[in-house]
Amino acid sequence: MADYTGALPQATPESQPYWDGLKEGKLMLPYCGPCDKWHFYPRPFCPDPGCFSWDVEFKQASGRGTVYTYVISSLPIPPMEESAPYIIAVVELEEGPRMMTNLIVDDPYAGEDLRSHGSHWVGHAVEIVFDEVTDEVTLPKFKLV
Amino acid sequence: MDQIRHKVAIVGAAETDDLGTMPGMSRLALHAQSARNALDDAGLKLSDVDGLLCAGAIPNEVAEYLGIQPRYIDGTSVGGCSFMIHVRHAVAAIMAGYCDVALITHGESGKSRVDMGGRPGRQSPGAQFEAPFAIGGAPTTFSIPVLRHFHEYGTTKLQLAHIAAATRAWANLNPMAMMGSHRRTPERGGGPITPEDVLNSRMICYPFNLLDCCVVADGGGALVLVSEERARDFPKPPVYVLGAGEAASHWMVSQMPDHTTADAYTISGNAAYRSAGLGPEDIDHVMFYDAFTFTPLMAAEDLGFAPKGEGGPFFAETKTGADGEVIYKSGPGGDFPMNTNGGGLSYCHTGMYGMFAIIESVRQLRGECGERQVPGVNVSMAHGPGGMFASGGTLILGRE
Repeated sequence: MADYTGALPQATPESQPYWDGLKEGKLMLPYCGPCDKWHFYPRPFCPDPGCFSWDVEFKQASGRGTVYTYVISSLPIPPMEESAPYIIAVVELEEGPRMMTNLIVDDPYAGEDLRSHGSHWVGHAVEIVFDEVTDEVTLPKFKLV
Repeated sequence: MDQIRHKVAIVGAAETDDLGTMPGMSRLALHAQSARNALDDAGLKLSDVDGLLCAGAIPNEVAEYLGIQPRYIDGTSVGGCSFMIHVRHAVAAIMAGYCDVALITHGESGKSRVDMGGRPGRQSPGAQFEAPFAIGGAPTTFSIPVLRHFHEYGTTKLQLAHIAAATRAWANLNPMAMMGSHRRTPERGGGPITPEDVLNSRMICYPFNLLDCCVVADGGGALVLVSEERARDFPKPPVYVLGAGEAASHWMVSQMPDHTTADAYTISGNAAYRSAGLGPEDIDHVMFYDAFTFTPLMAAEDLGFAPKGEGGPFFAETKTGADGEVIYKSGPGGDFPMNTNGGGLSYCHTGMYGMFAIIESVRQLRGECGERQVPGVNVSMAHGPGGMFASGGTLILGRE
């Protein structure tokens, strides 16, 4: 794992519980009690401008959702130098927020009609996979249910 | 309403001497050369400038480099539409008496990367929540909204490809356009292209093939603005700011509230229409920032030129010319003249292209575009996003 070539995140104090959760195999997301709403990415307050409450706590989310939108990259961006094409997706979680991720599938182009309006993976049900890319960092990826 | 209409004019507008690959010029030298060219265009001296607005550089960097000490500065740097926003801010500053001669500069060594700064840190939201998923710059992020649009409205790649073909047709009429016939042979990818050529070009990041993507270039551009009271004292006909808008929505594309509508576009566009007292039906010519083929499609929908979801069929409409040639909706001879310089797709794209869109609006309004001049342009719109539909900047410009 020491030779992982991808971009590695570094937590801020506000996002530390999120990254710690992933290392433990849990998707921990901030939840606003007063308006009963989850958000992503982690902020120490509710980013609904009508609320702006600082009464926010991290709770474990289901890790389930659907593909909202995606692209299929052919670019050799680390750590995907050898694995293009690969899917960069935005997943809409059951709890509401959307997050960027990689969608892990055998054949990214399966089912696409490339000349027409191929958007095959939109709407597919997915669940989280905890990808331990280094000793310190686990990334949230998703696979088809 | 109408508070800013006709109060301030653009009296100078120019690019750098060249555009494309210029490893011999740094970022700040590109700012300076475009400043010189725009001041020459206006018949003004650098010492006349007392307001400085720029993006991709701190105003102090540019002021020091140029050797001026402006009494009004604005460093709004929110991506490609920063310059539309600068024009809007310059209008307010001139009306308030904060400055008399506003200079807006752009310079970006987008290809050669001379003095373009280091890598971003690892703790920003983007570094934590997008970068780890192997995103590789704009082709992998500006593309994110597209398949949602396909999914909801049935928009197709072939429809998008018509925008690239139409824009290339304009480039072929502009001697400065990097991919136009004047500067590049067909063997090297220049000259006319068809929608089929776009679909057959190399896949970069689905849904974008190579010819759905803008060029990557070094270059710069600048504008000079003064109050309408002085606007007729310059060599070129003044181009008035009729209306303007701006907005910020999100920053990371994954956090875009609705991937099929750019909120920053609608907020900015509505403000521009309101301040000008005009609507889409009054616009004769548009410059819609085209980092990728999909980018102007979103603008056409969100600024009211095509109903939401119908941008694909709107741009795919063609007719046959007198010699049997295909006339594209947004191309030469089409009824929606757009990106008449050849656009980011085929003319030049430095990274923050918006400056060039404004320069072309000015030139079309002055009637100095030669072969590519659109007849009867009285009102032109220059509009762009900053980031991935994250910001919006809209200008409605007009003649005397």
